[in-house]
Amino acid sequence: MATDLKTGAEKTKMHPYKMVLYTGLGSIVMMFAGLTSAYVVKKSQANWLDFELPNVFLISTFVILISSFTVQMAVKKAKEGLQNPYRGFLSVTAILGVVFMILQLQGFMALQSNNIALTGPRSNSAASFLFVITLLHLLHVLGGVLALIGVSFKSYTAKNNLENTLPVELLSTYWHFVDILWIYLFVFLHWIG
Amino acid sequence: MSHEAALHNHEGHGHDDHGHHEHHDTFLTKYVFSQDHKMIAKQFLITGMVWAVLGGLMSVLFRLQLGYPDASFPWLESILGKWAKGGQITPEAYYALVTTHGTVLVFFVLTAGLSGTFANFLIPLQIGARDMASPFLNMLSYWFFFTASIVMLSSLFVETGPFSGGWTAYPPLSALHDASPGSKTGMDLWIIAMALFVVSSLLGGLNYIATILNMRTKGMSMTRLPLTIWALFFTAVLGVLSFPVLLSGMILLIFDRNFGTSFYLSDIYVNGVGALSNEGGSAILFQHLFWFLGHPEVYIILLPAMGMVSEIMSVNSRKPIFGYMAMLGSLFAIAILAFLVWAHHMFVTGLNPFLGSVFVLLTLLIAVPSAIKVFNWLTTLWRGNVRFTPAMLFAIGFVSLFISGGLTGIWLGNAALDIYLHDSYFVVAHFHIVMGVASMFGMFAGVYHWFPKMYGRYLNNSLGYIHFWITMAGAYLIFWPMHYQGLAGMPRRYFDFSIWESFKQFAELNRFISTIAMIVFATQILFLINFFYSIFKGRKVTVLNPWEANTLEWTTPIRPGHGNWPGEIPEVHRWPYDYGKDGHDFIPQTTPVGENETGTH
Repeated sequence: MATDLKTGAEKTKMHPYKMVLYTGLGSIVMMFAGLTSAYVVKKSQANWLDFELPNVFLISTFVILISSFTVQMAVKKAKEGLQNPYRGFLSVTAILGVVFMILQLQGFMALQSNNIALTGPRSNSAASFLFVITLLHLLHVLGGVLALIGVSFKSYTAKNNLENTLPVELLSTYWHFVDILWIYLFVFLHWIG
Repeated sequence: MSHEAALHNHEGHGHDDHGHHEHHDTFLTKYVFSQDHKMIAKQFLITGMVWAVLGGLMSVLFRLQLGYPDASFPWLESILGKWAKGGQITPEAYYALVTTHGTVLVFFVLTAGLSGTFANFLIPLQIGARDMASPFLNMLSYWFFFTASIVMLSSLFVETGPFSGGWTAYPPLSALHDASPGSKTGMDLWIIAMALFVVSSLLGGLNYIATILNMRTKGMSMTRLPLTIWALFFTAVLGVLSFPVLLSGMILLIFDRNFGTSFYLSDIYVNGVGALSNEGGSAILFQHLFWFLGHPEVYIILLPAMGMVSEIMSVNSRKPIFGYMAMLGSLFAIAILAFLVWAHHMFVTGLNPFLGSVFVLLTLLIAVPSAIKVFNWLTTLWRGNVRFTPAMLFAIGFVSLFISGGLTGIWLGNAALDIYLHDSYFVVAHFHIVMGVASMFGMFAGVYHWFPKMYGRYLNNSLGYIHFWITMAGAYLIFWPMHYQGLAGMPRRYFDFSIWESFKQFAELNRFISTIAMIVFATQILFLINFFYSIFKGRKVTVLNPWEANTLEWTTPIRPGHGNWPGEIPEVHRWPYDYGKDGHDFIPQTTPVGENETGTH
């Protein structure tokens, strides 16, 4: 890469897709910042229902934490050119993603069985907020899971897919992001909420 | 994907051969699903123009009502049907027109039409890139906008009418199906259209930011960027950070509308519905989320115009822009302050007066960077060798309107004054001048200036001058009197003022404003004729650099293909504003710095 010593413009260049992704993550952060700020404002007003977060959300937190580790291992193996461990870690990550989603849905059901309505005329906005915020996070996880499934599928079918590790790098960045985002939301909903 | 890969393998490294590679475009890939940023820019521009005509026509229709509240126009019934029974616009139709006019002009024309057009067109050309960071996402950005347009357009034709609760879509009018006719299907379509629009604007914004940061040609350091690019950069940052907050507000709204939640709705009593079963919701919450986007949105509209005006003024004054770094710093300051002032739209919501005073202070602070910009534009003109092209006239007109409208911003930024002036015609006058017409002027300036690059032909100058002078005079004649109406307490959004004793005195003035509005609208048709005629029959551009400008877009062929430069991307050696330097009228950015040259930027 030619570096213009005078301006140094070339020094900081990363792949433009990474830049697109980072900027996109910034905008997702703003969306959840908006929602959690609204939550804080609403909580300070009258008619707020306090309830315990079901334990299943704690389990899902551990699951997504582990999946962050496995996706990082997949990137590592891809960079080392080790085809089989790469495939393995990627597939495990996809499976953990699906497990996380199922656990989140069970969390919603646990709330409902405790007679805490998430929507509808009897719902309190405390539960509705939890539902909407978690559901939107879940949709972002779903996007990641679909991408994980796609990339793992490709890792089994394509002959040599380790020359270009950009897709899996982008995917792992995104996956770490939804992981960290969930940890933030969990801490927020558990202690602040 | 093939040419996308080709575009990316070499970006900005100055040794690529993309320009030589051939790809066969069909009609579909060249004009419809194009991934060429220049074609996407034209798509945004033409779609924006269609919306500008529709939105403008709506304003003519409701001005007709305001100017002639007692008259009957049978032809209205033949076009609007039941919405103009007996030849007079119904109150429901009036509110629908006002709402759609606002939504369309703010989002579809002055956001998508303005930054969609010029960010797409100018960013790769002026920073020296083959295309955007992701041409595919860029194409998606347009098609999301197109789909949003179709959905919004279709809402005009549903039986209960389009949404009619104001472009701000405050609940409960937006949250309750039964609150008004427009709150039914019209509002569903409004939300869908706006959600699609937000996606479009985010996809575009991500691309603009990544392209500017990562794909500049060799030598194009950030402080050598034309101010257009800086302005478009901050615009994109504002959009990427504020639209998601609107989206989150709208998601909560969707849940309140369709799933019975109580984010915004409480146990209010609604005529014809009875008491709601909702509990504890707060309509003010929506206002916070809305205006957290809503205020940055003002600068999303204004900044691209500011950037283009800076560039056009410098080129046509044959002088360097005055205070490049100050211009840049003030853009930055405006971008930061844009996020810290949203509650000045909410002084009358029962906002804590202490909190209000903080927002007053922050709001008034915007006067500082704004004044820096104004003085820099004026000093750029000062003793310049000014060429009064139509683009230059519109740029000067922009500064005039920005000053006039900005000054009333100082009034409205004060909570004490705003409580009196809120929701009056003073506000209407203020934001139309400072944000609406001023940004339209920026857009016109951009179209007149870059039309030769877009289509390889010139717009007709004489028509351009007529267009400018009538629009300029018209803008002031329409909005200046509204300040006085507002001071006299005339509220906005009213359907008919003739039944109030205190506003009867304005009947003639309202008629005058309506007449001027129609003349100005007709003049825009003149511009449209000029635009479309010139695409096909305008005078041909025969030189590469018709305005003798320094920026990179004028080093491309007269009609650049996909990839912009047939050979290597030129290297940049200087900032873009070396006009009238060392005895040279202009020194393009691609000219290496000479040995005996005086200090360079």
